[in-house]
Amino acid sequence: MNERIVGEVSRINGPVVEAGGVKDGMMFELVKVGKERLVGEIVKLEGSGAVIQVYEDTTGIAPGDPVYGEGIQLSVELGPGLMGTIYDGIQRPLEKIRDMSGLYIKRGIQLPSLDRDKRWAFTPAVEKGAAVRGGEVLGTVQETPRIVHRILFPPNAEGTVESVAAGGEYTVDETVAVLRTADGKRDISLMQRWPIRLPRPVEARLPLDAPLVTGQRVIDTLFPVAKGGTVAIPGGFGTGKTMTQQALAKWSDADIIVYIGCGERGNEMTDVLTEFPSLKDPRTGRTLMERTVLIANTSNMPVSAREASIYTGVTIAEYYRDQGYHVAVMADSTSRWAEALRELSGRMEEMPAEEGFPAYLPTRVAEFYERAGRMMAKSKKEGSVSIIGAVSPPGGDFSEPVTQHTKRFVRCFWALDRGLANARHYPAISWLASYSEYLSEIGAWWENNVNASWAKDREEIMDVLHKEARLQQVVKLVGPDALPDTQRFVLDVGTLFKTAFLQQNAFDKIDMFSTMEKQVKMLHIILSYWRRGAEAIKRGVTLVKLRKMKVNQDIIKMKYTVPNEDLSELDRISDRLERSFDQLGALYA
Amino acid sequence: MPEKKKQKDYKALLKGREYIGVDKIDGPLVFVSGTHPVGYKELVECIDGGGNVRPGIVLESSKKMVVAQIFQGTTGLTLPSTKVRFTGEPLLVPVSKQMLGRIFNGLGEPIDGGPRPPGDVELNVNGMAINPTARRYPRDFIQTGISIIDGMNTLIRGQKLPIFSGNGLPHNELAAQIARQAKVSGQESEFACIFAAMGVKHDVARYFIRSFEESGVLSNVALFLSLADDPSIERLITPRTALTLAEYLAFHEGMHILVIMTDMTNYCEALREVSTIRGEIPSRKGYPGYLYSDLAEIYERSGMIKESGGSITSLPILTMPNDDISHPIPDLTGYITEGQIVFEREMFGRGIYPPVAGLPSLSRLMKDGIGEGMTRKDHPHLASQLFAAYSYVRDVRNLASVIGEEELTPLDRNYLEFGESFERKFVTQTFDENRDIDTTLELGWEMLKLLPAEELHRVTEEELEEYYY
Repeated sequence: MNERIVGEVSRINGPVVEAGGVKDGMMFELVKVGKERLVGEIVKLEGSGAVIQVYEDTTGIAPGDPVYGEGIQLSVELGPGLMGTIYDGIQRPLEKIRDMSGLYIKRGIQLPSLDRDKRWAFTPAVEKGAAVRGGEVLGTVQETPRIVHRILFPPNAEGTVESVAAGGEYTVDETVAVLRTADGKRDISLMQRWPIRLPRPVEARLPLDAPLVTGQRVIDTLFPVAKGGTVAIPGGFGTGKTMTQQALAKWSDADIIVYIGCGERGNEMTDVLTEFPSLKDPRTGRTLMERTVLIANTSNMPVSAREASIYTGVTIAEYYRDQGYHVAVMADSTSRWAEALRELSGRMEEMPAEEGFPAYLPTRVAEFYERAGRMMAKSKKEGSVSIIGAVSPPGGDFSEPVTQHTKRFVRCFWALDRGLANARHYPAISWLASYSEYLSEIGAWWENNVNASWAKDREEIMDVLHKEARLQQVVKLVGPDALPDTQRFVLDVGTLFKTAFLQQNAFDKIDMFSTMEKQVKMLHIILSYWRRGAEAIKRGVTLVKLRKMKVNQDIIKMKYTVPNEDLSELDRISDRLERSFDQLGALYA
Repeated sequence: MPEKKKQKDYKALLKGREYIGVDKIDGPLVFVSGTHPVGYKELVECIDGGGNVRPGIVLESSKKMVVAQIFQGTTGLTLPSTKVRFTGEPLLVPVSKQMLGRIFNGLGEPIDGGPRPPGDVELNVNGMAINPTARRYPRDFIQTGISIIDGMNTLIRGQKLPIFSGNGLPHNELAAQIARQAKVSGQESEFACIFAAMGVKHDVARYFIRSFEESGVLSNVALFLSLADDPSIERLITPRTALTLAEYLAFHEGMHILVIMTDMTNYCEALREVSTIRGEIPSRKGYPGYLYSDLAEIYERSGMIKESGGSITSLPILTMPNDDISHPIPDLTGYITEGQIVFEREMFGRGIYPPVAGLPSLSRLMKDGIGEGMTRKDHPHLASQLFAAYSYVRDVRNLASVIGEEELTPLDRNYLEFGESFERKFVTQTFDENRDIDTTLELGWEMLKLLPAEELHRVTEEELEEYYY
């Protein structure tokens, strides 16, 4: 055991414990407190005193209890076996904990994050004598049927391969290679450790160029996010933050999902745990659990582990990025993380800034979101980490500090609207308050891959939505009947677009996910209804006639009736629409 | 490991040692210095001059000073004569099935004149976090017999669904009605109700007791009362004591427990009181920054687990100060609970019972507990359509108040009529009316018939065929 006693407890105030008699404590050192060995981290050092943030319930800890130092920073274990596992905020495997302590999470449980007994089929990719640098690929392990886990040399390793194990089955802590470095020999296993608060090094940051395809129409078509981008989803309770996050976790085209339940409901994590193994990825046909890592620190679990949970999650995401994967991190919710910061800061008696939040809140928010990006990894592979953070503003008021600071550091903002949620218009992403700064960066991708006129189409429909919003103000005062047909038609198209396109039913087998092709065709149908309808009205066709067209019902229901696999029905609807207008035109010619 | 053993003995030795005289008394807090090392959240027994024992817990412990919070208040304590004993253990409450049918104070001591019921086990009143992997996802539909809940905001076994109410609104009536009528179709299992009152008036407590008596279920109810004239600090422990019994009955005895907690606003006030006295940095409206975590510790104790057939469904009631739903208490509650039933004063004024506001009310677990095999196939679409239509009614009403009803289009007038009947026929029901789910759904379709079929985008053709035409 390399552990040593670094000091003894002098004061306990909730999760914050002060220790005295500390001689050689290190900032952010992993420590164990008391006889039960509760996990903690040193967050402040002053003279012979240290402030320790404890990640477990501190009931029963008394002054005089020993504090053991581990000599390392709070780290995560990275290696095969992460996929499909559910961890708590400091990467303890919750399923294993359940086997050990049953229904409740007992304190002081010491369990390795990665299974030490499981053997993995390892195929080496380097040869003896090769000169390697940190982050390069040592070999591969088939982690799940869809994920090839590339074993990387630790980022700080550099030297010549002295020996490498033959292909075969190994546990995560067995040595599979020996490296001769400047400081002597170094054993390399399938597993490595990395401190959670330190971003993993990369070769270079790359510009963003492709969207993260989510299958959610309002997102992909109106407010897309790039692979490697950052998004905030703010919304009061009941506006569907978690629903949106889960929809993205299910249907986005990321290779790997890290889902962080940070201070949220226990049942939501259970929902993910029960639902994901039975859901199939539309792209690969494999279950979604095979690409998902869950970090669960529910609202009743210790508040300090909530603070650590988002770092744990993003470090795991970076590790897979370094292997050349596109990873999406869902953090639900970053407000709970900020509140954990506030609570700990308060207990440490720091001077508060806005609404009791510590003055370093914006720094922490920025540090977190800057860990996103599309990178050239040291393995010479390209990967990305996209961060989608939910924000839960108190009272749904977006002017509060967490929303405001988050807004400064993200480039995509999906504002959830209470009014839409009340009308059960989901996803309740407001088309007036949301924005995406990625439009120009991924415009080329859209044009080359799906729809050459995407930028123009998007602009046109956004214009209709804004016109409609303005007219609604008038309607509130005078009623729709007082408006001329041309303006009432704008209202009609706005409503049609909202009902037929923006609203998406997460529980409907067909509608839960739309391919890009389907989105484009649907958008084109609605746009041609708009263009030709506006033209018809100009030529004297009455609105009543337009409303009575039979094809309208087909358009409204096309999201439910046309499956993603066979879009030919959309072409037929489009033809029917054109014909209907032709007929109307003939009548009024 | 001799050293470790020695330390343990040393602690055991000091356990129960009594200190005479305290340094400072401030509100419900007692400060004692010069003690042996005292554990955080340890049970404290404070003995006043008359020899009465008042329990409390340690809020902060350091070598210099121990801060303890005394649940029954500090009235009558003096600095020199107060004795303090640290028990070395967390606050444990004895629980057993025999507690059903009895009335207790917030600490679990009987106040109905009867003897102390035997405790099968003693459990830590603070509980522990349930491992998310041990939870079972709740999906059993509870029929409350109340249309607006069953039809549109379905209650699921294991759910935490608060009632956001206001002073003078009939939340007690609704809670009592749910407690009386709730059942799960096709399943007969042991059912019990646990009632925790925090800072409510005697009349309210009496109302619930009488209501349980009249429906003959009192023997299946345990009441924990910390009423308006009890020390406010006792309210902090009351819900925890109640939930400890609930957990025992649900997860050890396999029973289905409905926990009614009223009024959470008083609980939060008590929490703010303690926080202020301790000089903590406040966040919104003077409430402590940990209000969210603290409420989560209470609410998250409900649910279902894989190992046991039992469940805890909780129905916290809170009165929104000044009917403001963005006030920190309802706001933070809404972020933790799985939906909310919101009362509206305007509907109450118009004589609608239950005055449940259609739009802000929500049940998050509804989606997995309704539909084919659970309620009825058309339920999800019907509910969604009713919501959509009712939401449009709001717009039409606003418009009508500006331009007058006569100026509305015929379709908008249809909507007005729909809105009126929805509130008068679907939502409104009497205090003892128990509608089964089929009646509720039929009534829902009845309402939709007031609107033309072209307006009903959220139901399928087949459903229209079967229920509408």
